[in-house]
Order: sequence, then structure tokens, then C-alpha cells
Amino acid sequence: MRNKFLGVFIAMCCFLAISVPLAAHHGSAGYDMDKQLVMKGTVTDWLWANPHCFLKFDTTDEKGEVAHWAAEVSNPIDMTKRGWTKHTINVGDQVTVTVRPAKNGASVGQLLKVTLPNGQTMIGWNPAVR
Amino acid sequence: MLKRFAGQAISVLAVLAFSFSMLAQMVPAQQPPPAKTRKAAPAPRRDLSGIWETPDRMEGISPAGVRTHAPFTPLGANIANNIFKPGDGPRKVPIGLVNDPLDSCDPAGFPRDLLFELRPFQVVQTSKEVLMLYQYQQVWRRIWTDGRELPKDPDPKWYGYSVGKWEDDYTFVVETVGTDERTWLDNAGDPHSSEMRVEERYHRVDHDNLELTVKIDDPKIYTEPWLARDKLRLTLMPADTDTMEMICAPSEAEEYKKTMATPLSK
Repeated sequence: MRNKFLGVFIAMCCFLAISVPLAAHHGSAGYDMDKQLVMKGTVTDWLWANPHCFLKFDTTDEKGEVAHWAAEVSNPIDMTKRGWTKHTINVGDQVTVTVRPAKNGASVGQLLKVTLPNGQTMIGWNPAVR
Repeated sequence: MLKRFAGQAISVLAVLAFSFSMLAQMVPAQQPPPAKTRKAAPAPRRDLSGIWETPDRMEGISPAGVRTHAPFTPLGANIANNIFKPGDGPRKVPIGLVNDPLDSCDPAGFPRDLLFELRPFQVVQTSKEVLMLYQYQQVWRRIWTDGRELPKDPDPKWYGYSVGKWEDDYTFVVETVGTDERTWLDNAGDPHSSEMRVEERYHRVDHDNLELTVKIDDPKIYTEPWLARDKLRLTLMPADTDTMEMICAPSEAEEYKKTMATPLSK
């Protein structure tokens, strides 16, 4: 029992040590850090802008209902260092998107990665690379 | 026996993990990494010219704000706890309540430009001034080096009023007054008054390395002077480095707010 407690304690310490730097000045408080959604969708816009770039895309469920999503990454300079450009994604692209969704259920999230029509997967939200 | 060893090992790990965690959150972590193995050329005399960046990008950009500061005065505590609503740091609020001036593209101001988003910046020296050209928000500061005194009763400016002098051949010291108290010190919402006095010390260690120390002296807001940067290491970038544009455009910020921040706040 004592060992189990210590294990949990260590895990909490490690989490504290790495979690502090993982936020931009807008913060990550609104996102569910324990949840990831994988969705297929059609790109409706890709905004290459400060303070954060973001992707807009539409998904369609089994009943044919369309949901409008938006998912953010970092600013253009940081994204350039990760190999992205303004032309990485284009309107109309069919993509597979992994997001960390909002806690409140809104159709917004942090864009963790996206698989492009050519099969290439781009890593999105990664504040460690600036 | 094995169980006892395992228990001891876990205890040691727990102490180490705890120590690292506390270090990350409480200690000003701007200690420079160990000296490089390749020896750099000697520093030129009285010269900071060039493009500089911090190799520790997380530290330079400081997402969590300054790690420690002197205790607040009652006025400082009131502003920090009741007026400024940051998106990060110990007093962070949900994104919809954040009133960080950067969100509407107000200037970061001085010295926030040194304490948050310190990305590459270029130093240009003339016979009477040192100019600092910052990539973030594409703004610049003038530091007079012609021997003039600081103004006695300056009008507040976003980037203050600065004079500098060489303390020795390798240490350039800048004094700044007259800052605008609408600006924050960092993204954690630490305030300052217009009576703040800031000292920057740029110590050129060798040709490739510079250390930046920033001291905040603001008796209206903090009970004693404190170091916001302590020998933050900066390295010289190649002379042909093409620094990138990083501008906060109000129309883009508004689009971000409408699309991302507002839905996130509901």
C-alpha cells in the first residue's frame, strides 16, 4: 500500500514538472487533457495567423449531419519550425484530424496531428518545438 | 531484503522527482547550461552587435511567467489578485475571463518583451545609441549612450525611456524608467507601476555568448528589488540570419477570439 502511494506521488511530481511549460499565454485550461478525438473531415479554412494558426473543417456523422470544427496549433513561426507552411493544408482537402477537445463540449480543440490527402501525417500542437 | 531495497529506491526517486518538480516551479531556472566544449573566440570590446537568441527556447519564451518574484505590496497584491486576469501562472483564469493586453494586440511593452516571448533580437550600435530590434511584435527600443541622464518626470511609454553605459569592456548596463503601467511584466499577470526602475545587464562572456540579468525595482508593487532574469544565456546567431516577422494583427486576433476563445469559454 505504501509503495503504491509512493508510485502515485512520483507520478504526480513528474506530471507537475513537465506540465508547467506546456501552455501558451492563452493557456490550455479549456481543453480536456485526457481525451483525444480522431475525425475524418473536409477542410473549410486554414488560417495561418497570429496569435495561433487554426484549422476549420466539417465532419459528417452517420445520419448525415454536418458539424463545424476548429482546431488550433501555435503561431506561424513555431509551425514553420515544425515543417508546416501556409500551404500545408488547402480548402477542400480530405483529412484525418486528431484533436484534444474542449471540456465544455464546443466543437473546438487543440490540433494534435493531421493526416493529409497524400498520406503524410503532420504533428500539430507541440509547444516544446519553438 | 529485495522489498526493502525497492522501498529505499522508490524513496530516493520520490525525493528526486519532488526536487525536480520544485526546481521547475520555484527556482529562477535561468542558470546557463554548462560551458560549451568548443572554446569560442574572445569577446570583442564594447560590442553587442548581432542577432541574439536564447538556446533554451522554453525558458526564453517563459510560458509560465517569471518563476519567482519579491512579495507584493498591498497595492501590488490587489492588482494581481483582482484586476489582472492572466491565462497562465498561479492566478490563471478560464480563457473567456483573460484580460491579457496581448490578446487584443496591445504592445507587450518593456520589460515584458524580455520576460515573455524573448525570441531572436538584433542589437545595432551607433555612436550615440544602442538599438534593440525584437522579432516578437516587430518592435524596437532605443537606449541612449550619449551620456544623457534619465528624465526626472518622464511621460509613460510602452517601452520606457532608457540610457546605457559600459560598466567595463564586456558589460553593458541599461537603466529604464517611464514605463506604461498598463503593460504586464509577464504572462502570469505580474504587475508593475509607472515608477518602476529596471536594470538590464548584458555581460558578453565570449564572442558567441551573452548573459542577461534583469532587475526589477518597483517599491509601489514589490516589497524589495528582485531578479526577473539571472544570467539568462543568449547565443549569437549567424550574421545572415533572416529573422521572421511576428506581428499581432488585430483582425487576426479578433478572428482567433471569435473562432477559438469564445466557444471555449461558454
